[in-house]
Amino acid sequence: MELLQNHIILLALTFGIFYAARQLQKWTGWIVLNPILVTIVVLIGLLKLTGISYETYSEAGGYIEFWLKPAIVALGVPLYQHLGQIRRQFLPIFLSQLAGCIVGLVSVVGIAQLTGASRETIISLAPKSVTTPIAMEVCQAMGGIPSLTAAIVVTVGLFGAVFGFKVLEVWHIKNPYSQGLSIGTASHAVGTSRAMEKGETYGTYASLGLILNGLLTALLAPFVLRIMHIL
Amino acid sequence: MIRQCFIIFGCLALGELVVWLTGIPIPSSIIGMLLLAALLQMKAIKVEWVKGMSDFLISNMGFFFVPPGVALMLYLDVIKAEFVPIVVATVVSTVLVLIVTGWTHQGLKD
Repeated sequence: MELLQNHIILLALTFGIFYAARQLQKWTGWIVLNPILVTIVVLIGLLKLTGISYETYSEAGGYIEFWLKPAIVALGVPLYQHLGQIRRQFLPIFLSQLAGCIVGLVSVVGIAQLTGASRETIISLAPKSVTTPIAMEVCQAMGGIPSLTAAIVVTVGLFGAVFGFKVLEVWHIKNPYSQGLSIGTASHAVGTSRAMEKGETYGTYASLGLILNGLLTALLAPFVLRIMHIL
Repeated sequence: MIRQCFIIFGCLALGELVVWLTGIPIPSSIIGMLLLAALLQMKAIKVEWVKGMSDFLISNMGFFFVPPGVALMLYLDVIKAEFVPIVVATVVSTVLVLIVTGWTHQGLKD
């Protein structure tokens, strides 16, 4: 098993599994078979089976995760291209973000509290809707477990990417701008990548939701948690 | 290609610098994104100068989330012990965020 700990082999495996998972989704057309989700599940199974630790894997995975930051910077391009449109709609965008952010924080904390989660878990859950780097930062500042937050954030993102558009349709939210915005607000960059597949308008509004909810959550989370007597 | 990399990483580096100088709790990547949009808006750089790289990064963004997602394996115990609170809270809250944001935006837009 020593050979499997080689970074290049682990990277090749990650690319290979993701490629296969994407083909699988293309063939079946099932949204549930989200390639990110499938790859994560297969990799975890494989690591458990071969006894390779997460630490070993993450040394290789770090080369992939590294590109997350530049990718978020790159969202500046669609943001610029839609700036005029966004400026014209500033108030609806800002108010819907504020509502989404507060509802997200209060509901996740409230429900976790009612169902008996520990204090650390509640804090780690609070920034669940925002992009990983912000979420981890917010969690750390409040005394949660940042890497648990990272894992939860990806899971929430996958949930939004897989079921988000379905939920919106069921609740008669049909406007493409509103749909994109909601997906980005609720499920950050993973949802945004799904929205980009649907079209650039969806994707741009999703990245807008990702930015604004990220900023608002960073600012409001400590405040909301204090009011709810968690901090 | 080099120019594209320079612009993207340059914005990110400036973001890092801003965070380091001011200590604000906002990730450098978000600052870099806002900076890139601002530079494009001010016509300091042209879209064609970053288009190839930014398209590549954006269309593969989901893939970059695989390694942090694999970190889930470290918390299978915590998740098993608090399965109901974690799952119910995240699912219900995520659905609420989707609906509230969508409704508010759709309602105010018209």
